[in-house]
Amino acid sequence: MQVEITVNGERRTDEVEPRLLLAHYLRDVCGLTATNIGCDSTSCGACTVVVDGLTVKSCTVLAAQTDGAQVTTLEGLAGPDGELHPVQAAFRAEHGLQCGFCTPGMVMASIGVLADNPDPSDREVREGLEGNLCRCTGYHNIVRAVRAAAQAGPAAGQVPQAQEVEA
Amino acid sequence: MIPSPFDLVRPASVEEAIEALVEHGDDAKVIAGGHSLLPLMKLRLAVPGVLVDVGSLRELSYVRVEGDEVAIGATTRHFELERSDVARAEVPLLPHVASRVGDPQVRHRGTLGGTVAHSDPASDLPTALLALGGTVVVQGPGGRREIPVTEFWLGFFETALSPDELVVELRVPRTGTAGWGYEKFTRRENDWPIVAAAAVQGRVALANMAGAVVRATATEEALARGASIAEAAALADEGTSPSSDMHADADYRRHLARLLTRRALETAAASS
Repeated sequence: MQVEITVNGERRTDEVEPRLLLAHYLRDVCGLTATNIGCDSTSCGACTVVVDGLTVKSCTVLAAQTDGAQVTTLEGLAGPDGELHPVQAAFRAEHGLQCGFCTPGMVMASIGVLADNPDPSDREVREGLEGNLCRCTGYHNIVRAVRAAAQAGPAAGQVPQAQEVEA
Repeated sequence: MIPSPFDLVRPASVEEAIEALVEHGDDAKVIAGGHSLLPLMKLRLAVPGVLVDVGSLRELSYVRVEGDEVAIGATTRHFELERSDVARAEVPLLPHVASRVGDPQVRHRGTLGGTVAHSDPASDLPTALLALGGTVVVQGPGGRREIPVTEFWLGFFETALSPDELVVELRVPRTGTAGWGYEKFTRRENDWPIVAAAAVQGRVALANMAGAVVRATATEEALARGASIAEAAALADEGTSPSSDMHADADYRRHLARLLTRRALETAAASS
């Protein structure tokens, strides 16, 4: 079947099998491999991406279910000149990662947390990231990074594509 | 993990969805958010030949007051229910329980109708709905009918729905400022409950204590004849049939049912 999906601001038309999962579509069809597949069972959050402004676990969404939607992956966050998204910059500054496997999902989920709550407490960050596992258990610095990103203002809770839509 | 091949039907209306269900019969499954069905399909525990995708039927996404009831459309997603001002004011147990389902990403996809139709005995929202009372509105080729929640969940993944019927709406009584409580025991915050108890207006429902969500009838009867919360809660596991698994054995589940029922009733009493 044919789907039209806007991925990181670029509108694409692809022929996909109905059973193709969004995570596989992004990795194998679009070649965007920042989105990791960890548990493959809706638990770990490594495959988190933003669909029409909402975080989702792309291992449990069919690509066909996002037909007509805007999908943003980690690759879509940095500006055209390579300037990092505020959440990316904060993860780097606060050392919010160890092995890095959970990081793309953590960054996308953190944007979702900040979209709902622009200035969350430590507890609210932890609750907001309940769907993302860091097997290095590097949670303290991740929480610190999200709180630091909040200081960057509303852009921390937005994906660039959404900003363009609103503008 | 990849599901086996299937055809995807994307109806533009409830009527078109039902036509597809009639046409494909037992070979068809309804998908909305897909957060119960897709994991089963990835494990090949479910192998439908046709998926009827109702997730984009926004006509079924609403929360509104209708007389003494709150009507909630079947494709209302958990996060929408969680944030609904109408639900918070009129039936606050439901948005609270919606906020306890899974994690934010799951709540962005999962739908109320989906969790109702799926009939997992460990589901949070069916437990709350069973405690609230009310009806499941379903639509088939012959029109709509209303099924009381007490008659809807028949067993593990089994409901009173016919294969050609779609859950279109949930109707629950407005409870307003009446006290309520929801207690859920999990090992991790975003897990399914090992056991959960919902209490409102003298009614108590339990998750994961039988093949489907169940009412704690002995507790309710004891409360009705004036027993204390402690006395009534001690009867919560009567008539239940919990299973043993890697998370908890049956005896421990019985203990949890009594304990969580007491806590839920105490919370309800304190908040009324």
